[in-house]
Amino acid sequence: MNRKLILAPILGVGLAPSLALAQGANAVGGTQRSYDPIAVAMFAFFVLLTLGITYWAAKRAKTASQFYAAGGGITGLQNGLAITGDYMSAASFLGISGLVYAWGYDGLIYSVGWLVGWPIVTFLIAEPLRNLGRYTFADVVSFRFEATPIRILAACGTLVTVAFYLVAQMVGAGALIKILFGLEYWHAVVIVGALMILYVTFGGMIATTWVQIIKAGLLLGGATLMAVLVLAEFGFNPGALFAKAVEVHPLKGAIMGPIFKPGAPVSTPLSAISTGLALMFGTCGLPHILMRFFTVANAKEARKSVFYATGFIGYFYILTFIIGFGAIVFVSTNPDFIDQAKVQAGASVIEATKGFPNMPAPWLAKAVGGDVLFGFISAVAFATILAVVSGLTLAGASAISHDLYASVFRHGQANEQDEVRASRIATVCLGIFAILVGVGAERINVAFAVGLAFAIAASCNFPVLLMSMFWKDMTTRGAVVGGFLGLVTAFFGVVLSPAVWEGIFGNPKGSALVTIDNPTLVSMTLAFAGIYLVSKFDASRRAATDRAGFGAQFVRSQTGIGAVGAAAH
Amino acid sequence: MNVSTLKRIEADPNYQKLVSERRSLGLTLSIAMIVIYFGFILLVAFAPGFLGASLTGGVTTIGIVIGILVILSAFALTGFYVNRANGSYDVLTQQIVRETQK
Repeated sequence: MNRKLILAPILGVGLAPSLALAQGANAVGGTQRSYDPIAVAMFAFFVLLTLGITYWAAKRAKTASQFYAAGGGITGLQNGLAITGDYMSAASFLGISGLVYAWGYDGLIYSVGWLVGWPIVTFLIAEPLRNLGRYTFADVVSFRFEATPIRILAACGTLVTVAFYLVAQMVGAGALIKILFGLEYWHAVVIVGALMILYVTFGGMIATTWVQIIKAGLLLGGATLMAVLVLAEFGFNPGALFAKAVEVHPLKGAIMGPIFKPGAPVSTPLSAISTGLALMFGTCGLPHILMRFFTVANAKEARKSVFYATGFIGYFYILTFIIGFGAIVFVSTNPDFIDQAKVQAGASVIEATKGFPNMPAPWLAKAVGGDVLFGFISAVAFATILAVVSGLTLAGASAISHDLYASVFRHGQANEQDEVRASRIATVCLGIFAILVGVGAERINVAFAVGLAFAIAASCNFPVLLMSMFWKDMTTRGAVVGGFLGLVTAFFGVVLSPAVWEGIFGNPKGSALVTIDNPTLVSMTLAFAGIYLVSKFDASRRAATDRAGFGAQFVRSQTGIGAVGAAAH
Repeated sequence: MNVSTLKRIEADPNYQKLVSERRSLGLTLSIAMIVIYFGFILLVAFAPGFLGASLTGGVTTIGIVIGILVILSAFALTGFYVNRANGSYDVLTQQIVRETQK
C-alpha cells in the first residue's frame, strides 16, 4: 500500500487523518472543480445559523467568566455534547472510516485508543479540575505553586499542543474541502480561519460551545443515518455485512483481525504500546478539552458531562466501524467511485478509490443516500472542522491572555476588560497564524502534527496536572523541570524518529537517532521521573510553601468548598 | 479557607470516608481500564492470530467481539463510577459542606 500509511504508528490517531487528508489532496488535486449545490446550501445554512448564535452570544460574552467559561452555565448534557464536538475531528470520522475501509480491523484499534482516555478523565481529572480551576488548567497547577514559572510552563504546553493541532486541522480542512466542495485549497483555509475568528472573538466560549453542540448533533445524526441505511441492506445483521465485506475486499478474511505487517497502521509491539500511551493520556492533557470542564456549574455536572461524552464518543466509533465496512461493500464495488486508470495500472480497488483514503465515508453517503445525503455529510465534515478549530483557538487565546498576559506580565493586576480584550486580540492573532501557516504548509504531514500534539499533551500537560492534584510533596521546581523535560523529549522524539527524520525530512535510511516511532513511552516516563526526583530533592524555601499548600488544595479539590461558582450548597 | 476550618474538615469522618472511598474506587477503575486497554494492545501486538480467529465458524472473529467489549467496558466503568459518585459521594460532600457552615 501507500508509503504514508507506514507512518501511522507515530502519529497514532492523528495519523489517520493526516494520511487520509494528505493523500486525498494529492489524489484529487488536479481534477474538476465542481461545486456541489446541495452541500454548499447545507453548509451555508450551518454558517448562517452559527453566525446567528455568535451574534446572540456576543451580547453576553462581555465578562471574563462569560468569555472563557460561558459563565459556568452549561449543563452536563450540553457539555457532554460540546466535548464530543470538540474532540471528534473530521479526522476521526473520515480518517477512521477510511482506515477501516483500507485495513478493516486495524481501524477499530485506533477507535479504541481514541476512547479509553475518557474513563481516566472521569476517574481522576474532571472533578478536582473543576473544583480547583477557573478558566484554564494552569489555574489548577498554579493553585499552590509559584505562579510565574508554572503559568509559563502551562502556557508553553498549551500553545505547542494547540499550534500543532490547529495547523493539522487547517491543512486537513483545506485538503478535505478542496475535494468535497471543489474550492481552491487556500480559499478553504481562509474560510475556516475567518469563521473561527468570528465565532471565538465575538462569541467566546458561549458561541464555541453552541457551535460544538450543533456539530456533535449533526455528526452523530448523520453517522447514525448512514449506519442504519447500511445495516438495513443486510436485515440489521452485522454478520451478513462482515461476510459480504470479506467476500469483496482484496485482503479477504484478513480484514477481520489485526493485519500487523509493515505498512499496516500498527507495525511493532513497542510502537503499539507507546502510541497507546499517547492516545490514552494525551486525551487527559488536551487543553481545549480540559477547558470545557470550567463551563459547568460544579464537579457533579463535570462528572456527568464526561459520562455523556464517553457514551457519545464510544457510540460514534462503533458507527465508524460499520460505516467503514459498509463502504467496503458499497463503494469499492461501485465503478463510479473507482479510478479505472489506477486499477489498470495494478492498484487494488481500495487504493484506486477516488480521494482514497479519506473519501470512503462521503462516497458511502452518496451510494446509500444519494446526492442529498452526500451533500449533508460533506457539510457536516466542514462543520466538524469549524467546531474543533474554534475550541483549539479559544484554548490557545486563553493561555495567552489569562496565563501569560494577566498572570505573568501584569502579575494578576490586569482588570477584566483588559484581559478579555487581550484574549480577543490573541484570538485574531492565532487565527491569522493558523491561516498563514495553513496556507503555506499544504504539504506538511498532518499526522505528524497531530501525533506531536497528543505526545506533548501526554508528556507535559498530563503528568504536571495529575501530580499537582494528587501528590503532596510536589514542588514548583519539580513541576517545571519534569514538565519541560517531557515537552522537549516528546518534541525531539517525534522529530528524530524514523518516520519523520527519514520519511519526511528525507535523511538516509537508518540515520534516525531514535528507533521508536512514538516517543510517549519514554517522554512521559521522563516527565514523571523528573517531577518526582526534582521535587524529592528540592530543599528550597519555595518547596516548603508548595508542600504546605497541599492540604487546603486537596480539601477544596475533594469537596468543592471555595470552588469558583460552587453550587454544592 | 482558614486553618481551623481546614483542620476540622480533615478530621471529619465523612471527609475521610469520602476521600478514601473515592480514591480507592478511582484508582481501581483506572487500573482496570489501563489493564483492559493495554491487554488489548498486547493481544494485537503478540497474538494477532488469536484476535483473527473465527468466533463460531463464521466471518465474525474473536477480535471484533473483544474490540467492541473494550469500547463497552470504557462506558460501563465510567457509568459505574458516575452512579456511585452521584449517590454516595455527593451525599457525603453535602454533609461535609453542611458541617463547615455550622
